[in-house]
Amino acid sequence: MLDLRNIHKSFFIGTPNEFEVLHGLNFTVKEGEFVSIVGQSGSGKSTLMNIIGALDRPTMGEYNLDGVDIEKAKDHELSALRNKKIGFVFQTYNLIARTTALKNVELPMMYAGVSRSERTQRAKMLLEQVGMTDRMHHKPDELSGGQKQRVAIARAMANNPSIILADEPTGALDSATGRLIMDIFHKLHEEQGKTIVLITHSPELSMETERIITLKDGDIIGESKGNWQGLNAKEVQ
Amino acid sequence: MLFTENVLVALAGLKANIMRSLLTMLGIIIGIASVIAIMTVGNSITLMVNTEMQNLGANNLQVGVTQKSHDEETTQSGMSFGRGYVRDMTDDDLITNDMLDALKEKYKDDVQYIMITEQVAQSGKVIDGKKNANVSITGYNKDYMDFNDIDLVEGRFFLNRDYENANKVCMVSDKFVERIYDGNNKKAIGQQIEVQAGGKYYYYYIVGVYEYVPSQFSFGVSDNPITDVMLPLSTAKEANHTQNKGYEYFAVVTSINTDNDSFATTLRDFFNVSYYARNDAYEVAVISMASMMDSMNSMIGTIKLALSVIAGISLVVGGIGVMNIMLVSITERTKEIGTRKALGATNNSIRLQFITESVVICTIGGIIGILLGISLGGFAVKLMGYSAVVSIESIVIAVGFSMAIGIFFGYYPANKAAKLNPIDALRYE
Repeated sequence: MLDLRNIHKSFFIGTPNEFEVLHGLNFTVKEGEFVSIVGQSGSGKSTLMNIIGALDRPTMGEYNLDGVDIEKAKDHELSALRNKKIGFVFQTYNLIARTTALKNVELPMMYAGVSRSERTQRAKMLLEQVGMTDRMHHKPDELSGGQKQRVAIARAMANNPSIILADEPTGALDSATGRLIMDIFHKLHEEQGKTIVLITHSPELSMETERIITLKDGDIIGESKGNWQGLNAKEVQ
Repeated sequence: MLFTENVLVALAGLKANIMRSLLTMLGIIIGIASVIAIMTVGNSITLMVNTEMQNLGANNLQVGVTQKSHDEETTQSGMSFGRGYVRDMTDDDLITNDMLDALKEKYKDDVQYIMITEQVAQSGKVIDGKKNANVSITGYNKDYMDFNDIDLVEGRFFLNRDYENANKVCMVSDKFVERIYDGNNKKAIGQQIEVQAGGKYYYYYIVGVYEYVPSQFSFGVSDNPITDVMLPLSTAKEANHTQNKGYEYFAVVTSINTDNDSFATTLRDFFNVSYYARNDAYEVAVISMASMMDSMNSMIGTIKLALSVIAGISLVVGGIGVMNIMLVSITERTKEIGTRKALGATNNSIRLQFITESVVICTIGGIIGILLGISLGGFAVKLMGYSAVVSIESIVIAVGFSMAIGIFFGYYPANKAAKLNPIDALRYE
């Protein structure tokens, strides 16, 4: 699904301030995997997330996302890639103010050219999956943090992407609400077999995933297995 | 599909910031409103002038005695005095009845009527106890009365003997009768009226009542308008003590088949070659009403255009205001733009979104401006006493123009938004 080889990323190229943030990373994510990338701030995980999310291009190296070679893709092809193959979930939700939850979920489908009736129908279905049916006509400023994040997850699922990229999805939430959001990710992984990449600074949170990639100062310093055993197993506990 | 969505987003944005949206639109509103108001007033004046001139007779040629032009004479210093003052007009310079008879004889196929009027008083008053009416006194020749459609309400027109004997008879308007005889037209016939004008008193017997048609030139509606006391020309000349004098000007009504422009030259030559060749200071000039109407219309058109261009400048200023607020809006919404890009919006769809927004602002401003302009122009026209003429053409142009402003001044900010780097935009707080 994701295949990154020898990924380098430098900033301020050609100036005296030039510095390299990522020093040749190699890793893959298989279809249906739930992977976390853990690192302190300054470890390069945000830069890595931008590259995985096709928001940015590596300075050097090869990145293959679901069969598409990122280096060779043109800007509008990257847009299409973000639209159809990646579902973003941000720490700060990033819902479009002034439009309803329903419209927010419809947005990626609108850019994908899905017809109005079809996208409304699908958006309602997605909102139902995250338990937001009764709030779908509310605007973001009328929703709580947890509710906003649930809408954002529904939006990430809009075009049925190959991978969900979640950047500190529980970072702005209290632990109970954060638990709720994590459960939704587990559910998506378990029931729909979604590939999920979770980016976090919290080792505790990363333990919930199948595989943990630890990043430090732009290098991968370790890979380990997580504690994840599936939703059902946890309920048994 | 994306378009409708963009319009809805734009409208929601405008609604969320009503005060700011209104202020942004103000430049466009004022610009469009002034252009439309100017157009409305201009069109109304054009229509009014044309109807009035049509009433005077588009087929008329106005003939008058004027000073000879001295274009070819320049002083030694090279300064031209042009139509410099030579001497006062004397009775010998006027057009005589003999000349008119000769004219009628020579061009009987072309000349239908020769209309002559002479004013006795421009404004006077008829006072009868507590009642009074504003009047003017004018004499008309028979041709004038024959040619013009004057509707007789009561009594009769002037008879040949009235013209020949300078009988002290007159025709008054029904408006006059309303004020002096309580609208009793029958009672008015045969009454003698006393007109005070310029410190003099004039006495005439009413033989007829005509229907008053308010002039479009009159400002507003008065319940005591100046209406004309019509006299036979000879009676008027007697009152002015000009029985033996000729005429300074008159109007010729030509036949339908006559080419007025060339006949104007013929007329001028007729007088100037036969009668005025030896006159040291005066000659006859002929003006065709049709060509006067043309030059009048083109003059009004030029004024209209000039004023519209000045008003149009405020449109440009308004457009810059829109651009300014679009730049602010894009900065405010940097994070939204980043999010949209992350969700798959292409540069083009971002650009389109913001251009649509700017066009929506300008179009709404344009529509408000049109409504405001029509009411302003209509109000001004009404104050002047004309009927308002709103041209669909100017409305279509105004809407198109405001949309064009929206696109023109929206493009730069929209392009700036489209080119934002998604990572920087997402990180923007």
